[in-house]
Amino acid sequence: MMLSRVAERLYWSARYLERVENTARLVSVYDDLLFDLPKDIEMSWFNLIETIRGEETFEQRYKVKDERNVVKFLLADDTNANSMLSSLKMVRENIRTTRDVVPKETWELVNELGLYAQQNIKQGINRSERHLFLNTIIEGCQKIIGLLAGAMSRNSGWHFLIMGRYLERADMGTRILDAAVSLMLKSDPDTRLQLGRVTWAKVLKSQSAYFDYRRTVRTSIKGAKAVQFLMNDTCFPRSLAYCFGQIGESATKLPRAGLITAQIDKVLEFNYPLDSSEDLDEAFHDHLNDIQIAIIEINHQITENWFHFRQGDAA
Amino acid sequence: MDKLTSQYPSSAFFDELIDEKGTPRPPAKQLLGYLDSLSEEELEKRRITAEATIQEMGISFTVYTEEGNIDRAWPFDIVPRTIEASDWKIAEAGLKQRLTALNLFINDLYHDQNVIKDGIIPEHIIKDSKNFRPECVGITPAYGVWAHICGTDLVRDENGDFFVLEDNLRVPSGVSYMLENRAITKRVLPELFENDAILPVSSYTAQLFDTLASLSPRDIEKPEIVVLTPGIYNSAYFEHAFLAQQMGVELVEGSDLFVDKDDCVYMKTIDGPERVDVIYRRIDDLFIDPEAFDPESVLGVAGLMRAWRNGNVSLANAPGAGVADDKVVYAYVPDIIRYYLDEEPILNNVETFLCDDPEQRAYVLENLDKLVVKPANESGGYGMLVGPHSTKKEQALFAELITKHPRNYIAQPTLKLSTAPTLISKGLLEPRHLDLRPFILQAKDTYVTTGGLTRVAMKKGSLVVNSSQGGGSKDTWIVDTKGE
Repeated sequence: MMLSRVAERLYWSARYLERVENTARLVSVYDDLLFDLPKDIEMSWFNLIETIRGEETFEQRYKVKDERNVVKFLLADDTNANSMLSSLKMVRENIRTTRDVVPKETWELVNELGLYAQQNIKQGINRSERHLFLNTIIEGCQKIIGLLAGAMSRNSGWHFLIMGRYLERADMGTRILDAAVSLMLKSDPDTRLQLGRVTWAKVLKSQSAYFDYRRTVRTSIKGAKAVQFLMNDTCFPRSLAYCFGQIGESATKLPRAGLITAQIDKVLEFNYPLDSSEDLDEAFHDHLNDIQIAIIEINHQITENWFHFRQGDAA
Repeated sequence: MDKLTSQYPSSAFFDELIDEKGTPRPPAKQLLGYLDSLSEEELEKRRITAEATIQEMGISFTVYTEEGNIDRAWPFDIVPRTIEASDWKIAEAGLKQRLTALNLFINDLYHDQNVIKDGIIPEHIIKDSKNFRPECVGITPAYGVWAHICGTDLVRDENGDFFVLEDNLRVPSGVSYMLENRAITKRVLPELFENDAILPVSSYTAQLFDTLASLSPRDIEKPEIVVLTPGIYNSAYFEHAFLAQQMGVELVEGSDLFVDKDDCVYMKTIDGPERVDVIYRRIDDLFIDPEAFDPESVLGVAGLMRAWRNGNVSLANAPGAGVADDKVVYAYVPDIIRYYLDEEPILNNVETFLCDDPEQRAYVLENLDKLVVKPANESGGYGMLVGPHSTKKEQALFAELITKHPRNYIAQPTLKLSTAPTLISKGLLEPRHLDLRPFILQAKDTYVTTGGLTRVAMKKGSLVVNSSQGGGSKDTWIVDTKGE
């Protein structure tokens, strides 16, 4: 038996932990992307704010859309509920009251990571030590995930963690794909080819997918192929297909999962035709948008099905 | 380190371990002999082991500060307090007698009020009580018992006799620390547990579970029992989590429960709503149901009182039990015992002056510098006046308060609390004042913990044992030296 509140807190602790890691990956890869771009291509840091749909909150807080403000907003800002530090705080708050259903060391590792991030946040904002800082954060997240994988019972609590982690991962994965597609669509047709080569390589790297792509797809890096890999590969643990598969599998282990598994099956069945990079157009952008809506819908169904109750349900 | 005992300064009070001649009392003999055999370094090592154990077990209590809540490590003294088993037997009988009478008293107050009609206690004491709940009138909880879990504070005077200082019938805390203190001591002084003269304390959680289960309104094999906590920010959250875990029941917050149209209480689980039979609530009466009491409360469950009144759920302790947890009612407990049980009280009260009574009030006002003045309804050692340690200004303030609201205050003589040797610095024992909080469970049967939680005032001369105000604690050993 598991209390709905405990399940909800586990689910959100996993979502926030994944958000911490993804935010670190996002900033890290963008940094790298800017280094590699040809001089004549102009790129704004503000693209990142658009990727996470944080324009409104950002503009309330900052006037200048420069690197420093964008990075600060993403990593450190406590007015941004999705910043890395805010997310870490939420991981801690959620684990604090569910300590007895996760391995004992989880609480210590979460505290350790939170403390490190707080104390070294300046390194993340200044460019010179940013890479090392972000890497340490990503490693810290993976340490926690590793601990859970190695020491936690595969009970209902585990399945809520899995659903939280993979839904968040699918969410960020879709956004990153969408950001890259928009960037390409907005670019000057003359430089598009050149930009594409750099961008899609970085997108793969942001998902730790570069080498897997190389080994699996065995062609040079092209937009349509990279997108297909990140969407449909069933073995790579950050692809959308894998993420949705995991959510569905965990859901079936829990009581009354019917609605959620049906929704997942629908998302997985749909195969968007992508033959060449020409197909990464407005219609594809709309398709990604549909996936985003499906993610919101799945979150809503998980919440309604297992966490929220209305009076009159019992009697 | 044989000087440990011999250098112990003779206590001006009753010392529970070492008598006025410097000789260990019988139940402490083995313990002190053992401590004396340890080198200073070894003793220090044991102290560090205790600290590490506390850290490792995560035993903490929460203190609220401006910077947020801090979990403080539990302050612990490694030298146990020993009590002779035959002495304890008497105290135990006294505690059972007292709670039995108090439960009869509470039940009477919410029904015919014969105790008032027969002139044992004056009516206005109940009419003015902050803890009398008109919502409870006419209800009879299972076995007629209202206070199922009681924490009674005992002290020992200059002759070593036990006295009752107060009865905590609302949401007494501390029992988890009693259990943890024993667990720590078993690691720190394992050699002393080799023979079975030290009576075990570990059955408490099983007894608590049985007591709660016996209250279930449904006659089913596995009633659903929960511990209701105000949440992580409550200072006793550690204990709530500990007890739930030890009993193998769910720890819930108000928002985890709801009362449905059938006036039954349900718990929100991933399998759907689960009917709840018994709630061990660690939330004060006034916060348990926003529908019945404080509408602002977010800690409680709307409709809980309705479910309880309809007999669909048991609450431990029952709402309204606190009416007997009042320092004015306290003064009448010996009469209450005689009235309901027709027995003489086994445990005595500390002499108490009721400011409500004109004659007694005059005495109190004249002797503020000698007495301890306490508010009738507060707990935790806040808002009291300790006469001998007070300034003229504080005394004047209390004189004004007493004159204005006499019903709200009682006074007691400054107690000559007993002491026990406490490790103050490396290799140095000094006497420190103590009290003892045993826990009594009552439903169908009555059970008393073996000993209880010993709290010790760590500051020299201090009588304040509350952990929120610098008090520490010790393991409590009931030692059977006579092999009974």
